[in-house]
Amino acid sequence: MEKIVLQLQRCKGCYNCIRACPKGAISKSGTSNKKGYEVIQVDQEKCIACATCYTVCPDYVFEVCKPEKGA
Amino acid sequence: MVIKAPERITYTDGHSFCPGCGHGIAIRLIGEALQELALEEQVIISLDVACGGMPIDVWRYDTIEAAHGRPVATAVGVKMARPSQPVIAYLGDGAAYSIGIAETLHSARRNDNITVIVLNNCVFGMTGGQMSPTSLQGQVTSSSIHGKSMKEGGATMDVVRMLKDMDISYLARAALCDAGNIKKARKYISKALEKQMNGEGYSFIELLSPCPTNWNMDPGVAAAYIKETILPVFPTGEFIG
Repeated sequence: MEKIVLQLQRCKGCYNCIRACPKGAISKSGTSNKKGYEVIQVDQEKCIACATCYTVCPDYVFEVCKPEKGA
Repeated sequence: MVIKAPERITYTDGHSFCPGCGHGIAIRLIGEALQELALEEQVIISLDVACGGMPIDVWRYDTIEAAHGRPVATAVGVKMARPSQPVIAYLGDGAAYSIGIAETLHSARRNDNITVIVLNNCVFGMTGGQMSPTSLQGQVTSSSIHGKSMKEGGATMDVVRMLKDMDISYLARAALCDAGNIKKARKYISKALEKQMNGEGYSFIELLSPCPTNWNMDPGVAAAYIKETILPVFPTGEFIG
C-alpha cells in the first residue's frame, strides 16, 4: 500500500509540503492540475509517513497511511 | 491508520482561498477538533463576511454568516437560544479587532459561554490588504505604503494582552507557520471547546496566519516572516486556562 495518497485536484502549489518534508521526499512534478497550478509529487521510497505534509497543507491534498506498529 | 482531513470539509474539490493562506489550515484544525470531540452534529458556527466567511463553502456544519464584524454578537444570541450546543464564532482580525472590537471585549467581560477563534493576518485581506489595527509598526500595506507609523496608523493592537486581565475560561495564541506550531493550535482549539462544553465561559484563540497574497510574499517567505517578525510582537502560548 502506498504511504501517501494525493488529491492533486485540490493542490494550489504553495509548496509548504516541499519545505516541511524532513526527508526531501516531495518535489514539483512539472504537471498542472485543472486549476492551473503546478502540482507536487511524492517519492514513496523516501517517505516515512510522518504526516508533516498533511499538517502544513492548507488544501487537504494528503492522505497518509501510517503502517501499524509491528507490521 | 489513515490520516486525512475530516470528510465534512473535503466533500468538494477544495476551498477558494489563495495559495498558502492560513484559513485552509484553520478550517481543518477546527474540523479535526469537532470530529475528535464528536461535536460535528451539534456545533453551530457563526462566520464573518469577507475571507472569514468563505469557510461557509467548505464546512458541512450548521453555519450562520453574520454581518461584518458581528459573528461574536450572533454567536452569543445563538448560545442563548441553544445553550446546550457548542457555538463557535470564526472571524478575521479586521472584524474581531476593528469593526467588532466592542462585541469581542464585551462578550469576554460577560464571560459568555462561547468559543471565539480569530485568524490574525495583520491586514484586511479580502478588501486588498489594507492596514488593520494589528498591522506591525513599519509594515507596508496598501494603505501604508511607506510602512505603518504611530502618527498615521497608531499603535499595534494586541487583543490577547487586553484579554489577559479578564475573567474568561481560556485564552491562547498560536501561529500557523510550521508543523510544530500548527499542532499546538490544534490542541488549543480542542481545549477551548472542552471548556465551553463544561460551561466554563468565554474561550478565545488567536491564530497568527500568513496572507501571502496581500503581504506580497511567496508562502515560504510569509511563514518565515511570521517566525522572525510577527512572533516577537505577538508571543504565542496559553495565557488563561
